[in-house]
Amino acid sequence: MAGDSKVENKFGKITTLEKVMEYFKDGMTLMFGGFGGVGTPPSLIDGILEKGVSNLTLIGNDTGFPHIGIGKLVSQGRASKVIASHIGSNPFAGQFMHEGKLEVEFSPQGILAERIRAGGVGLPAILSDIGMDNEIVAKGKPRLCLNGRDYLVESALTAEVSIVYAKKADEYGNLIYDKSARNTNPLVAMAGDITIAEVEEIISLGSLDPEEIITPGVFVDYVIPSKGVNWTWAWE
Amino acid sequence: MGMGIDIRNRLARRAAEEIQSCMVVNLGIGIPSLVPNHLPADINVMFHAENGITGMGPSPARGDEDENLCNAGGFPVTLKTGGSYCDSAVSFAMIRRGRVDITILGSLQVSERGDLANWIVPGKKVPGMGGAMELAQKAKKVIVLMNHCDKAGNSKILRECTMPLTSIACVDLIITELAVFQVTNEGLVLTEIFAPYDVADIANKTECEFIISQKVRKIPY
Repeated sequence: MAGDSKVENKFGKITTLEKVMEYFKDGMTLMFGGFGGVGTPPSLIDGILEKGVSNLTLIGNDTGFPHIGIGKLVSQGRASKVIASHIGSNPFAGQFMHEGKLEVEFSPQGILAERIRAGGVGLPAILSDIGMDNEIVAKGKPRLCLNGRDYLVESALTAEVSIVYAKKADEYGNLIYDKSARNTNPLVAMAGDITIAEVEEIISLGSLDPEEIITPGVFVDYVIPSKGVNWTWAWE
Repeated sequence: MGMGIDIRNRLARRAAEEIQSCMVVNLGIGIPSLVPNHLPADINVMFHAENGITGMGPSPARGDEDENLCNAGGFPVTLKTGGSYCDSAVSFAMIRRGRVDITILGSLQVSERGDLANWIVPGKKVPGMGGAMELAQKAKKVIVLMNHCDKAGNSKILRECTMPLTSIACVDLIITELAVFQVTNEGLVLTEIFAPYDVADIANKTECEFIISQKVRKIPY
């Protein structure tokens, strides 16, 4: 598999795009890795698009670009809610929000990452002092006074399914990422009830240096091979 | 922003003067991205990008781009020797923990108390705050590079910002094509002026009052 003849499937995690499609359903909460499309799994996005799944709640850093990353789903109107830090690079997200077709919950980028991380590490919430005086950030959130200072209670985020993009996975789903395509992926990987990793290369057990593994396979339920990025980047 | 490249480079050059060796610096998009061009070659600076790069280097040559090595704006960059990658949580840990020495960003408006308004144009775009709130609140020094006035000629430096605030009382230094202001507890202090302007020009184009430093530097470039 993926050019490595020694790869077996001892843990049953290695599967195909077609097989994991059963986990994507209308109305589900879907968390995705990536930052401006960099590190967002392209084949899974196309699979979800083709299956016709809609009414999604999407959780991730941003809404990509109209033809890049999660942006493909957003620009096709497949999401009813987005929790993100930024939607500015996808005009469809702004348009649908103004038309009332898309609910957008903005979360400051690093706090969003920590909310996802909290979900992934089994904590219910974090305390934050970011954006406390900002109407949009603070709206409806409880406050808690600790050691004489007020903080916002920011709830943890989890999802029915998390999708991530990694450079390599071994049979157990241990993951390493590629440069700045790591971004939110290790956090998102921990926060899914089911986590699916789309990877550029699947390698045999023992092929990864245990010291270099970023996401332990404990958090990864399924591994599928990627067909690679099939969109044109904004800089190209 | 209707600003010629010469003027943009003057702002960037002035901002570069704030950067000292061994600092960790985060640059916003637009004029701030020009700042590295004005640093001495031997300076050791780690440029930080929110998407998980510490030690970002210049853009690669055409054809050498790596789609998985991009800055927070999505454009290809390189990694300097000693640079590293991390996830988004660690990247923002660096910011919130106070390890980022300077953030240089653009803005729509700044108030005399250093309130920053750079994330929503009312009635137009609501792009989201991205990482701006954490950077504005937690970087040790916040430097704003912006036009002194908007397209209609209205001062962008105000007693009170009229646009939604990103963060309150966070800006330390404002650099415009006319002048440099420090934000202090006593109010704005005019410390430097670009040629060919004088104090009267700046007063005419600035909505709020400001203190004139005892020694105003005439910037020699």
